Amino acid sequence: MQEAISFTPQLAASFIAEILWLIPALPVAAAAVTALLGRSRRRTSATLAIGALSFSLLLSLVAFAHVVSGWAHEAAVRETVNFTWMQVGTPSGAGHVELGWVLDPLSAVMLVMVSFVSLVIFIYSIGYMAHDGNYTRFFCFLSLFAGAMLGVVAANSLLLLFICWELVGLTSYLLIGFWYERPAAAAAAKKAFLTTRVGDVFFLLGMVWLFAQTGTLLFYNHGAGAIEPTALAGLLAAPAALGLTAAGAIGLLIFAGAAGKSGQFPLHVWLPDAMEGPTPVSALIHAATMVAAGVFLIARVYPLMAAGAPLLATRVLTQAGTLAGGTTTALTVITWVGAFTAVFAALIAVAQNDIKRILAYSTISQLGYMMAGLGMGGVAVGLFHLMTHAFFKALLFMGAGSVIHGCHGEQDVRRMGGLRSVMPLTFLTYAMGMLALCGFPLLFSGFWSKDGILEAAEHWSVAKTPFYMLVFGALLTAFYMTRQVSYVFFGHWRGHKPAQESPAVMTLPLGILAFFAMALGLIGTPAWPWFRAFLENRAAGFTWRGFMEPGLLTLMATSTAVVFLGLGLGWRLYGGLAPRPEEPDILEKAAPWAWAGLRGRLYVDEFYGVTVVAFYRWWARVADWLDRRLWGGAVAGVAWLFGQWAGLSRFLDTNVVDGSFDKGCEELSVGGGLLARVQTGRVQTYLRILALAVAALAAILIWSSRS
Amino acid sequence: MTPLTGYLLVAALLFSIGLAGALTRRNAILVLIGIELMLNAANLNLIAFWRYGPHPELLTGMIFAIFSIAVAAAEAAVGLGLVIQIHRHARTTDLDAINRMKG
Amino acid sequence: MSLIFYLLAALTVAGGLAAVLLKNTVHCALALTLAFAGLALLFLNLDAQFAGFAQILVYIGAVAILVVFAILLTRGSETPQGGVFSRSWLAGLAAAAAVFAVFAWAVAASAPRLPRAAAPATAATSASTVSPAPAVTVEQIGRALTGRYVLPLEIVAVLLTVALIGAVIVAMHEKTGHEKEGLE
Repeated sequence: MQEAISFTPQLAASFIAEILWLIPALPVAAAAVTALLGRSRRRTSATLAIGALSFSLLLSLVAFAHVVSGWAHEAAVRETVNFTWMQVGTPSGAGHVELGWVLDPLSAVMLVMVSFVSLVIFIYSIGYMAHDGNYTRFFCFLSLFAGAMLGVVAANSLLLLFICWELVGLTSYLLIGFWYERPAAAAAAKKAFLTTRVGDVFFLLGMVWLFAQTGTLLFYNHGAGAIEPTALAGLLAAPAALGLTAAGAIGLLIFAGAAGKSGQFPLHVWLPDAMEGPTPVSALIHAATMVAAGVFLIARVYPLMAAGAPLLATRVLTQAGTLAGGTTTALTVITWVGAFTAVFAALIAVAQNDIKRILAYSTISQLGYMMAGLGMGGVAVGLFHLMTHAFFKALLFMGAGSVIHGCHGEQDVRRMGGLRSVMPLTFLTYAMGMLALCGFPLLFSGFWSKDGILEAAEHWSVAKTPFYMLVFGALLTAFYMTRQVSYVFFGHWRGHKPAQESPAVMTLPLGILAFFAMALGLIGTPAWPWFRAFLENRAAGFTWRGFMEPGLLTLMATSTAVVFLGLGLGWRLYGGLAPRPEEPDILEKAAPWAWAGLRGRLYVDEFYGVTVVAFYRWWARVADWLDRRLWGGAVAGVAWLFGQWAGLSRFLDTNVVDGSFDKGCEELSVGGGLLARVQTGRVQTYLRILALAVAALAAILIWSSRS
Repeated sequence: MTPLTGYLLVAALLFSIGLAGALTRRNAILVLIGIELMLNAANLNLIAFWRYGPHPELLTGMIFAIFSIAVAAAEAAVGLGLVIQIHRHARTTDLDAINRMKG
Repeated sequence: MSLIFYLLAALTVAGGLAAVLLKNTVHCALALTLAFAGLALLFLNLDAQFAGFAQILVYIGAVAILVVFAILLTRGSETPQGGVFSRSWLAGLAAAAAVFAVFAWAVAASAPRLPRAAAPATAATSASTVSPAPAVTVEQIGRALTGRYVLPLEIVAVLLTVALIGAVIVAMHEKTGHEKEGLE
């Protein structure tokens, strides 16, 4: 609760900041080279991808070290490298479109996280995709995705971020539909792309508005950036509709884009279907990185979101125990949407039977947590949960992948069971991830990150409802995860063929991630809030007094109780059971209507199907009719006109031009023929003419000589 | 009418007759006959002018006529030789039929 | 204009007319001879004795014979089919008539300028006393030929030689060339 966030004015970019662009560029280059390779070059493609990403990780670590050293020496680093891409309008400077990248604590931690988790998953994919024929294509797309995601993180320009954002969406589409021969996969890819597109439209609108209002899209530009105080003051002064300022409106528009990418209600429908893709894809994209891009975006433009409530950044608590400075409209909306999504998705997850779908809904729920954390607690709170979630969710997905691999492709939890003894490594790591997700106290990182959010929710100035919603969500999380784990790992085997443990190339990454699922918590405890301090440019020291904050211990106890309650309920209902697949679930027997609703994912997809999709189909028919009749008719009309014109031209050419020419030639010929008759070939004719000519000549001469 | 005018008229008449023959008869030889007549008419003109013109002692007209006779003889020889040649080729002397130079 | 003149003129013109009008080509040649003879007599009437006799010698003695030879060699004595006159004989006649018209006009127009005859001659005086008849001797002609007109003389000699050779060649080549070239 000390000084506000401030960064030393940048003089010149350091070396690592100058070459920061290499971090995204290397994996993209690897993807480009891989694209040119043939299908048979499997080892080469994998080597390229992993090598490039390793180098990116190395550079990210160097950058991270640089930023940490700057932070440790009280000279926080925020270095930007900007360049003009093109000029729009007048060259007086008000119409420059600039791109650039930034190296500050936020991008540094994200770079390290993204590259590390991606690298681990790349290694995992070697084993998982070993039997697939499109191995090279997979690594090509993965590399491209990694490069694009790193680009999102490192971007200093909203435009560059958007470009990489779209690239991320594209690669997500390509990877979800990787097995494109499967209609379900192709449909899921299309759905993902279109749904995120809806969000992206709003994002683009917000971006354009921002550019129009402030004249720049750079985040930080020595005081001239779009989210620096000068520009924010201008945005706050400009009014928009519905009582919002321009800042609020733009913030909401950008949030709409983030909501699409991060699967917030109502744009969450694509995430569960995206599980059609290979499991490494689900782990990387739909757990750790891409879906986190939305959260990252909000974190990145947080000054814009928090504009008008500057004290929010300092998190000063009032006497009443709420945060001073109030909150902004944008942040309020983010909070409510996030909280609602958290509960909504957790409810649906309870009733799912596909191992990956449970995790997908869990992801949506946790993303809701992150958004709520951002809205109520600020960048550090949301980001910390993003970090920890990345690790344990990736771990859970990869564990699920290991289970699916070991069960020879089976994905229904009702057909698994008793894998604890058959796949011990997988079970151990999976359990660690599950406990982290539930927020098992003290030992696991999820506890600390979730508690950070709950703490922020408790002190929220607007209402306490999100707090209760999030607590309920935590209960549900523990419950459904226990359900899943007991279905999969406990009881006895209900499948067809016997299962087996996965190879080391798959279990080793699981172990690495499990380690981090535990260890990461250490940097976010109240006793040593290193993460927040790092992001907010404050000093941080280890002190037990951090636990002495009012209400903190109570909160910790509350969340612990909730977790154990959920675990206990879950174990009570499902632990040790061995239900056959045909048998209905216990809860289903208890409340069949509720179960059916939850099982059917609360019918959001069906609702979209009859409204949006149906409208779209109708509109597509209309457009098709227009195209074929109207435009096609117009084109055909023009073509007909041309045909007529050509016919007329041909007619003219044949009859008038040719005709006249032919006629002329004919006349010439006839004339020539007539003239040729002079040459009779008979001597006497010539003689006659001679005689006449001489006579005429003589007459003329005589006549002229007379006078 | 002076004698000279008479002779001139006779020469003109003879010339026209010769010309008419040369222009209308079919046989090539008769064309040559017409030409001979024309030449003779010219000779008559010459002699008449010599006789009734100034300076007959210069003998210009007479000499001219003598030369004309000589040349006419040579021309008749060559011409008739050509007619014989044509007759050998075309098997006819009909000038109406010989129109290979027809354009 | 003495009677002799009229008679001789009529003879000559009649011969000329016959030469161009008769059907039989041989008859035409003979009529031509008659015309030549008439002309020779006219020359004599004009006191151009040398020219008259030269006319007889050359024209009647050589040219007419030549014409007859040619007629005979080209079977001209046979009656030709299609008539002896050309199809467009009227055009030829018109041309000749035009020429005659011009001549007559010229003569008539220049008549006042021509040297007039002396006082009307009596019946006794002949036409030769209109202007004094030139006394032309052969010696004078000879002298003129070899003196003043020696060059034309030589040239005519060459011409005659050339014509002779040419006629011979024209007539001769036919035999050898006939087999050599493919005629027509």
